[in-house]
Amino acid sequence: MKHLDEYRDPHLAGKLIDKIKALSHRPVRLMEVCGTHTVSIFRSGIRSLLPPDITLLSGPGCPVCVTATEEIDKFIKLGRQKDTIVATFGDLVRVPGSSSSLQKERADGADIRVVYSTFDALDIARRNPSRTVVFLAVGFETTAPTIAAAVKEAKKEGIDNFYIIPAHKIIPPAMEALLAGGELAIDGFICPGHVSVIIGADAYRPVADKYHIPCVVAGFEPVDILQTIYMLLSQIEEGKAAVDIQYRRAVNFTGNEKALALLSEVFKTCDAPWRGLGTIPDSGLRLKDNYRALDIETKFDLTVPRTQDHPGCSCGDILRGVKTPLDCVLYRKVCTPSNPYGPCMVSTEGTCAAYYKYHD
Amino acid sequence: MKHDRILLDHGSGGRASHDLITSLFLPQFDNEFLREMNDSAVMAIGGTKLAFSTDSYVVDPIFFPGGDIGSLAIHGTVNDLAMRGARPLYLSVGFIIEEGFPMADLKVIAGSMKNAAARAGVVIATGDTKVVPKGATDKVFINTAGIGIIDPDVNISGQNARPGDKIILSGTIADHGITILTCREGLQFDAPLKSDSAPLNTLVAEMLATSQKINVLRDPTRGGLATSLNEIAGQSRVGIRVHEETIPVRPEVQAACELLGIDPLYLANEGKLIACAAAQDAGKLIDIMHKNPYGQGACIIGEVISDHPGKVFMKTIIGGNRIVDMLTGEPLPRIC
Repeated sequence: MKHLDEYRDPHLAGKLIDKIKALSHRPVRLMEVCGTHTVSIFRSGIRSLLPPDITLLSGPGCPVCVTATEEIDKFIKLGRQKDTIVATFGDLVRVPGSSSSLQKERADGADIRVVYSTFDALDIARRNPSRTVVFLAVGFETTAPTIAAAVKEAKKEGIDNFYIIPAHKIIPPAMEALLAGGELAIDGFICPGHVSVIIGADAYRPVADKYHIPCVVAGFEPVDILQTIYMLLSQIEEGKAAVDIQYRRAVNFTGNEKALALLSEVFKTCDAPWRGLGTIPDSGLRLKDNYRALDIETKFDLTVPRTQDHPGCSCGDILRGVKTPLDCVLYRKVCTPSNPYGPCMVSTEGTCAAYYKYHD
Repeated sequence: MKHDRILLDHGSGGRASHDLITSLFLPQFDNEFLREMNDSAVMAIGGTKLAFSTDSYVVDPIFFPGGDIGSLAIHGTVNDLAMRGARPLYLSVGFIIEEGFPMADLKVIAGSMKNAAARAGVVIATGDTKVVPKGATDKVFINTAGIGIIDPDVNISGQNARPGDKIILSGTIADHGITILTCREGLQFDAPLKSDSAPLNTLVAEMLATSQKINVLRDPTRGGLATSLNEIAGQSRVGIRVHEETIPVRPEVQAACELLGIDPLYLANEGKLIACAAAQDAGKLIDIMHKNPYGQGACIIGEVISDHPGKVFMKTIIGGNRIVDMLTGEPLPRIC
């Protein structure tokens, strides 16, 4: 496919691997903070081609995986409300809450519909005026602008049965929280591509400056990722900690002005619970007062009891990059994609699911 | 979480379906035919070797580019019989129709089944019709069963793959799965997508006439190529190695898969087959397949190995190695 084949070119990939090998003199740990990168790394077999000194860690980059159990429980409680349609992105339906999942609720009769865009959910609301339609607003900065646009549209059109449950997270505060925790030893960040299209690479400057960690925004194809690894190794070799962009065909330093304006019109930041990382200040998005009426929690009481993750589940440590799935006592023995204990096994972009699917 | 109810995943054709069959149905119905876990059962009656198979069709939408639920119901059972090396002969057809279903649509479906049966050279010899109240089913469901005859010297089964066999794929993958998925979601693409639904019995007959060394035939339907290869590796207790660059995917299919974040290896095919055959016959099989309209894209995608029984490995385009696992549940589009 044009504009894709060149980023999967075995000859180019081979050359980059040689350059990486030539620069690899000591153990280096790099963390990718995007589930799509995690899957691409596994799917293309990049790990099998890198020198053993380079370790790739998967960080909290899968929006489904970082959604806290109590948030999932809220979604489930929402599905049980009378005359309510829950609209969600597909990945969420299998995620286990503390005692059920949206998939199980659907089998029990809840009206849960998989949509591809918030605007599909808005359409459902238009077609079902007598029912309450709630979109589960989960995701990072990538999906937040389209949700903001749908919220704005609903208000403009006066669609009064459309709501969202805001559970959005933003990435840079989580990267800082990882580093501030102190237990994570990493030498460089492979920064998310889609998120950076919206927020711009400058958003990672605090990470690079404050913690002296090089950050490179990467595209999603094997050649993109290999080039990013090479760029990070070059910086590490030279003792630099700069923010750079490999994915220049889509990302700039300042971000997408229109999308950012839309985000700040509709959302404001708030403290948010991250699975495995706890509550991180200013890492979530809630509706501004002007749009607050579209938050379903103004209509229903969705308070749920505080929950405990499964005692053996290592998803939190895996999201923080201090464990790999192979260190987890549940992994593959009882926790599998068809019987997941934690969220990293559920989403196709979760680290455990990627290990399960692609790791021999 | 253990399941106390049936979930959609149990019907996906992947691991959940497999687990349901082995944990619930097999213990109840256990016998030597079912235990083989093949597309059709093979039995001898009065000295004749017969293949016998059944399948139900619940596709939504019922009309899609490249076919409809009727032609699919004929092709699917014809292909399940052909995958044991049988000549499909007679089919039964059972309809479960929702009250209020348009007569005109039913007529189109019946006409399409007539044409599909004629093209495959099978006779619809018996049938049944049930109508259920509105809402008790979704538009129309069709069950077909079929029987066919297997030549005495033909012995094809998912258990017969041998180390050294080449793995042949008859053409592009994921055409049916991506067409249905995009139709269902109302997604439109510049290059139109089309199901590959087709009868494979003449292709199989020509292959069998060319080589006596075909060990396995399998049509990679639900669960896709990845799931079928895993089933063969498991049933035959062998390893399988495939080469990513050799697996053909149409550019428009690849583009739609990229957009939805879905791996074409896990999407259904309805007019493709996988064959495991001795290496020395692979070349002449490819040649004969290229002459058949349903085998024009035939190619060798890998080989059977003795190491790592039950596992499927892929040499990736950039030269890396990875595992190819079975489908776990319905492919779900990703968030971002």
